[in-house]
Amino acid sequence: MADLALARGTLDRARLLRLLQEYGVYAGVAVLLLFNFAFTPYFLSTENFRTQAVQVAPVLVVALGMALAIGTEGVDLSVGSVMALSTSLLSLYLGYGPWIAALIAVLGGIVVGVANGALVAFVGVQPIVATLALMVAGRGLALVLLPQLKDVRDPGMAALGSGDVLGVPYLVLIAAALALLVAFVVRRTTFGRQVLAIGDSRPAARLAGLPVSRVLVVVYVCSGALAAVAGILATARLSASDPTSLGTLMELSAITAVVVGGTPLSGGRVRIGGTVAGAVLIQLLTTTLIKHDLPPSWTQIAQAVVIVLAVYAARERGRR
Amino acid sequence: MLSVTKLSKTFPGVRALSDVDFTAHAGQVHALVGENGAGKSTLIKVLTGVYRPDAGEVSYDGAPVRFATPLQAQQAGISTIYQEVNLVPLMSVARNLFLGREPRGRLGLIDFGRLHREADEALRRLGIRVDVRRPLRELGVGAQQMVALARAVAVDARVVIMDEPTSSLEPREVATLFGVIRMLRERGVAVIYVSHRMDELYEICDAVTVLRDGRVVHTGPLAGLDRLRLVSMMLGREIGEVRTEGLTKFSGSHTATAEPVLRADNLTVRHRLNDVSLALRPGEVVGLGGLLGSGRSETAKAIAGALPTDAGRVSVAGTPVRTGSTAAAIRAGISLLPEDRKAEGIVPGLSVRENIALAALPALSRFGLVDDSRIDRVVETFMKRLRIKAAGPHQKVGELSGGNQQKVLLARWLALHPKVLLLDEPTRGIDVGAKAEVQALIDELADDGLAVLLISSDTEELIEGSDRVIVLKEGVVVRELTGDDVTEDGLMRALASAPAGGHDG
Repeated sequence: MADLALARGTLDRARLLRLLQEYGVYAGVAVLLLFNFAFTPYFLSTENFRTQAVQVAPVLVVALGMALAIGTEGVDLSVGSVMALSTSLLSLYLGYGPWIAALIAVLGGIVVGVANGALVAFVGVQPIVATLALMVAGRGLALVLLPQLKDVRDPGMAALGSGDVLGVPYLVLIAAALALLVAFVVRRTTFGRQVLAIGDSRPAARLAGLPVSRVLVVVYVCSGALAAVAGILATARLSASDPTSLGTLMELSAITAVVVGGTPLSGGRVRIGGTVAGAVLIQLLTTTLIKHDLPPSWTQIAQAVVIVLAVYAARERGRR
Repeated sequence: MLSVTKLSKTFPGVRALSDVDFTAHAGQVHALVGENGAGKSTLIKVLTGVYRPDAGEVSYDGAPVRFATPLQAQQAGISTIYQEVNLVPLMSVARNLFLGREPRGRLGLIDFGRLHREADEALRRLGIRVDVRRPLRELGVGAQQMVALARAVAVDARVVIMDEPTSSLEPREVATLFGVIRMLRERGVAVIYVSHRMDELYEICDAVTVLRDGRVVHTGPLAGLDRLRLVSMMLGREIGEVRTEGLTKFSGSHTATAEPVLRADNLTVRHRLNDVSLALRPGEVVGLGGLLGSGRSETAKAIAGALPTDAGRVSVAGTPVRTGSTAAAIRAGISLLPEDRKAEGIVPGLSVRENIALAALPALSRFGLVDDSRIDRVVETFMKRLRIKAAGPHQKVGELSGGNQQKVLLARWLALHPKVLLLDEPTRGIDVGAKAEVQALIDELADDGLAVLLISSDTEELIEGSDRVIVLKEGVVVRELTGDDVTEDGLMRALASAPAGGHDG
C-alpha cells in the first residue's frame, strides 16, 4: 500500500478534521463557558461552579468505568442499576458506620462487575446483552433490599455530600482523583495497554498471549466498582437513598460523555481527558438551556445534536 | 478502454503516484506489478473512484471521467475484485451474487426462484458447485473468492480489476479463474491483473506495467520480457545482482544435530488433524508442506495453543506444555506468526511501538507499570535490526505496508526471546523486497539457534528455506523430505503420490 500516512499532515481538510476529533470536545466546553460568561447572569460565581461540579461528579465517575468497557469494544448498561444497588446497600448497612457501609456498597458493585465480566469473557455473551440482564436484575435487587425512598441521616455522609477542602467539594475531589487514577492506569500500566489491544483486535490479542478473559473481567469489575462509588456520592449529595430513581438513564449519560469525548465505540482507544470534558460539556449544555428558561425537552434535543456531531467527527477516524 | 494520464496522488507526507500514465485496452489482460508501496493499490483506488486524484486525468471509453464514488465506477462497468473478499457473509450465495440488482417479480418483491436459478447457472458456468441458498460465510475463502468473481463477471463489466485474486485460491480454483479471465478477454473486456506471482503473470497476461515508488518504470507487452529483467525493474536493482543472490534469500542449510527443542506428539483435532507428530531441533528450519486445507496452519495453531486439541502432547526442551492455551505456549517459548496478519496478528489502531511491546509487556513492566524507557530501547533495537520502515515508533501499524506489518509482528515475537518460532505464510502478500528481507531474517534466526517451523504456499520458498520438509495431506503426515530429497520435485511427488491416510479431510 502506498498510502503510508506520515504524522504531519499537509491536507488542510484532513488536518482540520483531526483537530476536531482531538480537541473538539474541549472547544465545545470553551465555547459554552464563554457564551455563559457573556450572556448568563450570575454564571460567573463560585457558588455556580460548585453546583455544576457537584452535579457532574457522579456522571463522570460512571463514565470513567464506561470508557474502559467501551475501550474493549464492549459497553456496560448495568451502571445505573449498580448505583441504585449501591445506595440500597449503603443505607442498609449505615448502622455499621459510613466506612463499612461504603465498602459494602462498592463490594456490591464489584459482584455485579464480576457477573458481567464472567458472562462476557467466559460465557461469550455479547456485552450489551450481558449487562442488560444485570441492569434489570440489579435494579430489582436494589428495590428488594430497600423498597422505598429513605432519608440518610449520618454525619459522615453529610460531610461527604457538602463538605469541602479549600472551597472544592469532596465529591469533586473524589471524582477528579478517580479520573486521574483511571487515566494513569490506561496510560501507564500493562493492564491499560492490554485493554486497548483487546479492544482493537481481540484475535490478535489472544494469539499474542494476553490474558483476554481476565482483562475483560477486571474491566467490568472496575466499571461496577466505579458505578457503586458514583452511587455513594449521589446518595451523599441528596442525603437520601432512592433506589427507584437513582441512576436511571445514567448508562446513557455515561455513554454520551464517553462518545462525545472522542472514545470510539469500536474500541481500541480510551480518552479519559475527553471523557471528563464530555461529561462537563453535557452538564454545561443542560445548565445553559435551563438558565435561559428553555424547556427540558430542548436539552434532550441539544444532547442529541452533540452526540451526532461527535459521531460525525469520529466517522473518518478509520479512513485515510 | 480505461486510461489515466499524468496522474498524481499525494497522501500526507507521501507522494503515492506521480505522473502515472496507464492504459488498459479492451480484450487485453494487463498486469500491474510492483513492490508493496509502489502505488498499485492507490492506482486501483483512483480507477475505481475510491480516491480522487490530485492531478491528471482518468478517461474511460475515450471520454474524461471523474468517478466520485465506487458506485459510479461500478455503474459505468468497472468491476473490482479485491484481495479480501468484500461480500456479505450472512447472506446467501445467490443474494450476494445479485446484491443490488435482484430479479424482481410482481409487486417489486424479490423473485427468489429466479434468483436461485440464475445464481446457480452463473456459478455453474464458472465450474463452481455450491448450494446457492447457503450463507456465504459457510464457504471456504477460495470459494468465496470465486463468488466475488462470478459477481464481477455477471454485472456485464467492461473493465475488471483483480487485486491479487489468487492469494487464497487452490491450484484448481486458479485454473478456473484463468479460464474465466480468458473468457473475459474474448468478450472484449479489459482486465487489470495485480499479482506478485510471476508464473501467473506469464501464463495469463498480455501486457505489463511496472510501478516503482509511484512512477511507471516500464510498460509494454509481457511476451519476450525476461523474468529476471521484470524482477530487476520491480526492485530497481541490476540483473546480475538479482541472479547472484537468487530469487529467494535463503542460504538453505543449517547444521542441526542437537536434541529436539520442540516435540509435538500425536496431535489430533477432530476433522482437521490426525496423529500429527513432529520435532524441531534448535537451529533448523523445518518446512511444513501440503496443499490448502491439509492441516498446516492447524498444526501450527495446535502447537501454539491457539487451537484446542483432542489428543496429543507438546513439549519444549523436555518440559510438557499445556495445550489449548496460547499463554502457556508463549511462556514455554513458542511463538506463532499467524497466517491472517490483518485479523489475527497486528493490532492496527495501536502504534508500532505498542505492537512490538504487546506480548513482552509483562517482562517490560514493574509492578504492572510500563517501563517506557526499556520499551523504547527494545523497540529501537528491533526497528533497526528488522529494518522496519515507519514514520516513527508512534505511527499506527494499520498504516504500514504489509511487509513492514509482518516485520513488526516478527519483532513482537523476537522481543520475547522464543525458542521455537512457528511462521505461517510469513511472506504472503508482501512485496519482493520485503520478502527477501524476511527470508534472510528467518535464516539468520535459525543460525542464532532458534527452531523454526515454516509454512509456505510458495514452493520455492519452502524448498529453499527448509532443511527438512514434513508433508501433510488431509491432516496426516505423509512424508518427510530430508537432505537431497528436499526439492520441488520431491515435494510434488510426495503431494501427488501419497495415499490419503486420513478419513475425514
